[in-house]
Amino acid sequence: MNTRVYVCVCLFSILSLSARAELSIQITQGIDNPIPIAVVPFAWDGEGVLIENVAGIVINDLEQVGEFRSLSRSNMLSMPNEEREVFYRDWRILAQDYLLVGKINRASGSQLVQVQYEFFDINREMKLAGEILTGSVAQLRDIGHEIANVIFEQVTGVPGAFTSQILYIVSEHVQGDDYNFRLEKADYDGARAQVLLESSQPIMSPSWSPNGEDAAYVSFETDLPRIYIQNIATGQRRQITNYPNINSSPVWSPDATKLAMVLSKDGSPDIYVQDLNSNQLMRVTDHPSIDTEPSWSSDGRSIVFMSDRTGQPQIYQIELGASSYNVERLTYDCFQCMKAKFLPDGVNLVHVRREARQSPNYQIAILNIETLRVITLTNTSLDESPSVAPNGSMIMYATKFDGRGVLDAVSIDGRVKFRLPSSQGDVREPAWSPFLN
Amino acid sequence: MGMQHNQFLKISLLVISLVTLAACSSTSETEEVIEDNQGSSSSGSSASTTSAVSSGGQLTQEEIRAQNALRQTVFYFDFDVAEFKPADRDTLAYHARDLAANPGNRLRLEGHADERGTREYNLALGERRANGIMNYFIVNGASRSQIEVVSYGEERPSQSGQTEQAYTRNRRVEVVAR
Repeated sequence: MNTRVYVCVCLFSILSLSARAELSIQITQGIDNPIPIAVVPFAWDGEGVLIENVAGIVINDLEQVGEFRSLSRSNMLSMPNEEREVFYRDWRILAQDYLLVGKINRASGSQLVQVQYEFFDINREMKLAGEILTGSVAQLRDIGHEIANVIFEQVTGVPGAFTSQILYIVSEHVQGDDYNFRLEKADYDGARAQVLLESSQPIMSPSWSPNGEDAAYVSFETDLPRIYIQNIATGQRRQITNYPNINSSPVWSPDATKLAMVLSKDGSPDIYVQDLNSNQLMRVTDHPSIDTEPSWSSDGRSIVFMSDRTGQPQIYQIELGASSYNVERLTYDCFQCMKAKFLPDGVNLVHVRREARQSPNYQIAILNIETLRVITLTNTSLDESPSVAPNGSMIMYATKFDGRGVLDAVSIDGRVKFRLPSSQGDVREPAWSPFLN
Repeated sequence: MGMQHNQFLKISLLVISLVTLAACSSTSETEEVIEDNQGSSSSGSSASTTSAVSSGGQLTQEEIRAQNALRQTVFYFDFDVAEFKPADRDTLAYHARDLAANPGNRLRLEGHADERGTREYNLALGERRANGIMNYFIVNGASRSQIEVVSYGEERPSQSGQTEQAYTRNRRVEVVAR
């Protein structure tokens, strides 16, 4: 299959003073027949230059998920900013399927700006969407992403996830045995990175609460692995567990009332669920093997996890409240299958896969639990921590590139890829947010 | 025995004591030499060294072996394996007997894994490796209350990089005196 490799697209963003890692985005693989879309630079009626190029943000979003290719500005025959300036013929001649135009005004008597956009289907010669979005100058980036969401949904039928965010861990070697670890949050494309927690001890397993307001994670700050929950906006944090031995793998239930976790206090790592209101602990698995890496079904009624009870890691599912013997094994064809999560469709299971004992290669794959068909999405060999975009269209994961830890993202059909390398240190353990308001 | 023999023994004793004292006083992990697995000794081993020195003024082969064994505080594992290497069995037995002989001593077993595979599985694997050594200590006379187990999974590598050498160095359990 031919692939097109796009030139690096770097997005510099307004970073808060505490931000240190800069993630820049690179498209590493695109599809053969992307949808041609023309995005005309938005008009700006104010003085000076706007800090954000809203049209540019829309172009980057659509091209990063690889399904679109935008028309170069130098090829445009006209530069409309609103519907009455649009001549469909100008765009049909250039073989464009879609057109986005817009203009930005300063709202009278205020610090806010108004962004008016209109989106057209060239072949059917009709306007598909349009509205006026108002916000502060600092929110122009968010407005650009919202417009991209609308366009993506209009064209593909799938809601866009361009306003989503990611949590991830950064590890930097200071000297000797000393490292600096940070839990950071950024836009899905790596922009606007913020440090949430900084530590000289390891941090692991970041997880979003369903409303996007809190992050759970494992911190070794007491020299032992313990689970914490931190409010993202205020930074306020509390320790959730203090059981002996391993406390790890926190994952919020879809209804936000419980946290699945892994505790080895009873002899070997097992899956438990802690009620966040009552603090009551419920044991889910009870087996002398390693049971770890829980994730929830979307109805919150069962948990998917990894167990090596048959000798090597495989994926299992158990209904909450059922007997701990009542586990259903989901994977059979791999030497090791680990870190599994359902896509929103509840049928496709993304996981880390090692095919054979002889090859210590770990890749991201998707198993359809109904057809049992497996697609391997990556051709690198140290892939881990897959996380699903809230619209189910892309998977972000951690891998190694040039000896450094980086985040890669791939579409669920494997055709499109982009990369988020960090300017400093190793990046890992991405957690893609839910849809955020 | 001749004069020469006694002198030789005294000198050897002196040398051994000095070396042992030097080893006892080192606490930094960075002084660890991988090939010899030198590391900080527990206070237990200096106690047993002192008693060995004071009990008649000469070290038996057995006591020398015990001291050497106690100096090894890092144990390496094969890939995909949680059981310690058979070659380490005797050395580990010395550690266990030293714990048994010194009920006031405590130590921590820190388990680690190389970076391949998922992080949570490696956290569990590190614990399994450390538990294996702990169980062996208990079977050989140590008390459960003397031993603490912690796993750092792949989060605290001894050596970074994607080479076989780095991976080998990272699959380990470290015995740390408390």
